[in-house]
Amino acid sequence: MKKFLSVTLAMVFCMVCIIGTFGCSSKTKLFVYNVGDYIHPDVVDMFEEEYPDIKVVYEMFDSVEEMYMKVSNATSPYDVIVPSDYMIEQMIDEGLLNKINFDNVPNYKNIDSNMKNLSFDPNGEYTVPYMWGTMGILYNKTMVDEEVNSWDILWDEKYKDNIFMLNQERDMVSIALKKCGYSMNSDNPDELKAAEQALIEQSSLVKAYCGDEIKDNMINGNAALAIVWSGDAYFCIEQNPDLAYAIPDEGSNLWFDCMAIPTTSTHQEEAEKFIDFMSRPDIAKLNAEYIGYSTANYAAKELLPDEVKNDILRYPELTDEFKLKMEIFAYNKERNAKLTDIWTKVLNS
Amino acid sequence: MYKKSLSYPHLVWMTLFVVAPMLLIFFYAFTHSDSNGAAGFTLDNFTKFVEPLYIKVMLNSIWIALLSVVFCLLFGYPVAMILANKDRRRASLGKKPGGLLMLFVMPMWMNVMLRLYSWLTILQPDGLLNRFLNLLGLPQVNLMYTYSAVVLGIVYDFIPFMIMPIYSVLIKIDESVIEAAQDLGANKYKVFFKVILPLSMPGVVSGITMVFLPALTSFYISDFFSGGQFMLIGNLIEKNFKNPDLRNFGSAISIILMAFAFLSMHVMKIFNKSNRQMDMF
Repeated sequence: MKKFLSVTLAMVFCMVCIIGTFGCSSKTKLFVYNVGDYIHPDVVDMFEEEYPDIKVVYEMFDSVEEMYMKVSNATSPYDVIVPSDYMIEQMIDEGLLNKINFDNVPNYKNIDSNMKNLSFDPNGEYTVPYMWGTMGILYNKTMVDEEVNSWDILWDEKYKDNIFMLNQERDMVSIALKKCGYSMNSDNPDELKAAEQALIEQSSLVKAYCGDEIKDNMINGNAALAIVWSGDAYFCIEQNPDLAYAIPDEGSNLWFDCMAIPTTSTHQEEAEKFIDFMSRPDIAKLNAEYIGYSTANYAAKELLPDEVKNDILRYPELTDEFKLKMEIFAYNKERNAKLTDIWTKVLNS
Repeated sequence: MYKKSLSYPHLVWMTLFVVAPMLLIFFYAFTHSDSNGAAGFTLDNFTKFVEPLYIKVMLNSIWIALLSVVFCLLFGYPVAMILANKDRRRASLGKKPGGLLMLFVMPMWMNVMLRLYSWLTILQPDGLLNRFLNLLGLPQVNLMYTYSAVVLGIVYDFIPFMIMPIYSVLIKIDESVIEAAQDLGANKYKVFFKVILPLSMPGVVSGITMVFLPALTSFYISDFFSGGQFMLIGNLIEKNFKNPDLRNFGSAISIILMAFAFLSMHVMKIFNKSNRQMDMF
């Protein structure tokens, strides 16, 4: 009797599986893998409405490193991913990205020409820029009465236990490098040593090294200074008008998140359709408004309210001078391990 | 009654999700990978760990885990005793155990993120705790992002694991044993130290194991409460494992930690045996 029961159960299970796969086979499944909370919640539905034969399977990641691990191990047939600059460079280097057929992405013309063919994708073959921004200092005007124009303020004894730093070795080491007058992408052992020393010296002044909690703490006025990315800065300023954002004169990091098609993709054409859809001015505007970051889509930016698109911190004028002092993170395989070691030393100093 | 075939799904599960990952970690720990993906045998990952920097991280983690165990025991034992006494009294009246124990288990039904973030509202500079102190005219305390906050967080999260095993041993103690001790003239303290405490040792030992090991390996709680200011061994593994170029080192640390966990469990076992209370299990 029991055997009969288990056999029946097994058969039912198989049937469910078969019916399940048949049920979906009429639609193409498109696997989109994006950063968490990095798209307007309605956009996926709008895309499916426009292309009824495509079903989007939308997944989210916390960090590009996590995304890299899953894509490089081909755990799912991802069709569209959203990596950042240095990760794009690494993935191109390791042959993990497919070239995009731009004939299928007519809306590529809407992308700001300043954002095309950047260092990580010099020929503009693999990526369509999505969002971009800077890294800088978010400060509370009621606690900081001097002008914030240098990274040195983060090393000022006055602000002991009033500084929040990011728990991200790449960003923190690059800030220390910049403070010491070197390039953010420096691989010179002496310069890295100097940056390490600077960070160790600073660690007694730092209240905490964290991630998203920085936003809460700054909005609640728990600290005077914090390192944030520009998008998060505007979010905090909206919640607490005492806050302000500054990009130090020494220069800072300029970052780009782009859409790309990994080699795990089995539906190149549908993936291109999705990227094209995301680059449509109205859709890109929806996303820019929802996420609050600066869109790389020029046509969409023009649709935004004047006070947003003319905000020089949100959409800094990309003059040659500005571009000269801002640096895009570059990929350097050997350097990655060094950064983690430096960071372990800083946190255990 | 129980069929062997019923255990097959479990066997498959264990192989896929316990044995296979362990083998992978062993493989990573004893190999190095170079740029073209080839791997070769090496012990470098283990020798790298012997640096003072990493030993310090390990010792720091052990210290925090020990502190947490001590506090869990200090707060957990009385609670377990109160609960057990109440329920034993109810049982002697023919009633079912009361709902008090539920109160201690209930927070675990809530998402851990919510529980942790609520501590932020309590501990932050203008949080509930400081407002309360202010009301009483007491000086402000700054707990968030300190060493004490980490211990507090771990104790808070793991104390049910200390209460439960002690409670379940205490409730099984025969009332007549305690009465016998009282009849022989033992006062309250003597009854506790000579009868109740020795009889509850197995619960204490399993409570200590259940708190010490997760506390030693926890990484999220420490990251959240310390504001990343110091690394525990769990954070170190996470950081290294997430970096594809340092995965081998991360695996080696995992194995060292596992070895340490086995060792401490073994020590606990010996300790437990010397109490000659094994028959309680």
